[in-house]
Amino acid sequence: MCLAIPSKIVEINNMMATVDVMGARRQVSLMLLPEEAKVGDYVLVHAGFAIQKVQEDVAQDSLNLLQEVLQKLQDEDAYD
Amino acid sequence: MKQLIELIVEFSNRIGRPVRLMEVCGTHTVAIFRHGIRSVLPEGIELISGPGCPVCVTSVRDVDTAIAIAMEPDTILTTFGDMMRVPGSERNFYEARAEGADIRVVYSPVDALRLASETPEKRVVFFATGFETTSPLIAASVFDAERKGIENFYIYSVHKLVPPALSALLADSEVKVDGFILPGHVSTIIGAVAYEFLASEFGMPSVITGFDPQDILQGILMLLRQIYDGNPKVEIQYTRAVRPEGNKKAVELIYRYFVPSDAYWRGIGMIPDSGLVLRPEYSRFNALSLYDIHVESKPEPRGCSCGEVLRGIKKPTDCPLFGRRCTPEQPVGACMVSSEGSCAAYYKYFNPC
Repeated sequence: MCLAIPSKIVEINNMMATVDVMGARRQVSLMLLPEEAKVGDYVLVHAGFAIQKVQEDVAQDSLNLLQEVLQKLQDEDAYD
Repeated sequence: MKQLIELIVEFSNRIGRPVRLMEVCGTHTVAIFRHGIRSVLPEGIELISGPGCPVCVTSVRDVDTAIAIAMEPDTILTTFGDMMRVPGSERNFYEARAEGADIRVVYSPVDALRLASETPEKRVVFFATGFETTSPLIAASVFDAERKGIENFYIYSVHKLVPPALSALLADSEVKVDGFILPGHVSTIIGAVAYEFLASEFGMPSVITGFDPQDILQGILMLLRQIYDGNPKVEIQYTRAVRPEGNKKAVELIYRYFVPSDAYWRGIGMIPDSGLVLRPEYSRFNALSLYDIHVESKPEPRGCSCGEVLRGIKKPTDCPLFGRRCTPEQPVGACMVSSEGSCAAYYKYFNPC
């Protein structure tokens, strides 16, 4: 039930936006968004409302995690 | 992905004992099955499902009450589609509809509000189920109803809150968990701040995790790292959708209209301050103030292990009814009804037949 789908904003009209979800167009409310959104932004949509802007920094994050963890294991092994 | 799995194996070896991780959210339960996550994990890591399926934890009495509301004259009951087949004590929503109740499925509470403005001669009640992902939407609809002066829109709130349920689980000596895979979209709203007590009071490793296979593996790796380091904290893996503070605007809107109350979780029991009811000053939107409805509590179906399944004590396959008397076509317990219920997910992906 807590499913939310990342959707691209294609048009904004006051507090309503038209979003594109994998080719389908839907009207969603922007009234719950904590920050202003503009056309081209991705938002998470749950049951007709945008609930957050999506930040596309994940690739970098996971890379950082892997490097950090690998480094930690190597450091530990060096002390063993 | 391969490197992630190798690191998980490495940490699991270094920890050197079995680890039980609970995925709290039903959407995770389904994602874990769909992506075959268990098949790539080392033997020492067990994933167990928790209480995070709103349909599953809605009590028999609440379903009976919603049906009683739907049976009232000049009333339309609107609901999310997943609730339609949840068994009440005598009938589900489909059966009530066949008996003449006007029950309609909506995609969003906005649709229910629109229906109210289009049919002023009827009372339109929205059956408000769901966790913190959903409750701000309902609050927004009440806000809209107020603003537009729509006077025939009501809600019956059985909303539930995730953090008090986690507290209740950890206070239960039967529940054995080494870490929580915390829900992604509930946390989009409430943020990491809402779970700080898990680390500070219970020393429980916790990671807010996304729903892609890579997210889930990464969440598991972060949990193993916390367990290995003996440094429990609340981390966010799902950074693209979750901010540490959550969505304050949405949380403020929830508490503008709602106040926490004790709530009965199907299969688990009463959990203090784990539900949301409308504030007294907004009781004109409360369906329970409109109708004089008293529904007796009825026991859970006999033999159903939903309660143990929702607390991660039993696996669905340990239930004597699973796959025999209880199937998605003929569900006995709520965990088999929702596609996000543990029993339904096990049945779909593990069907022994």
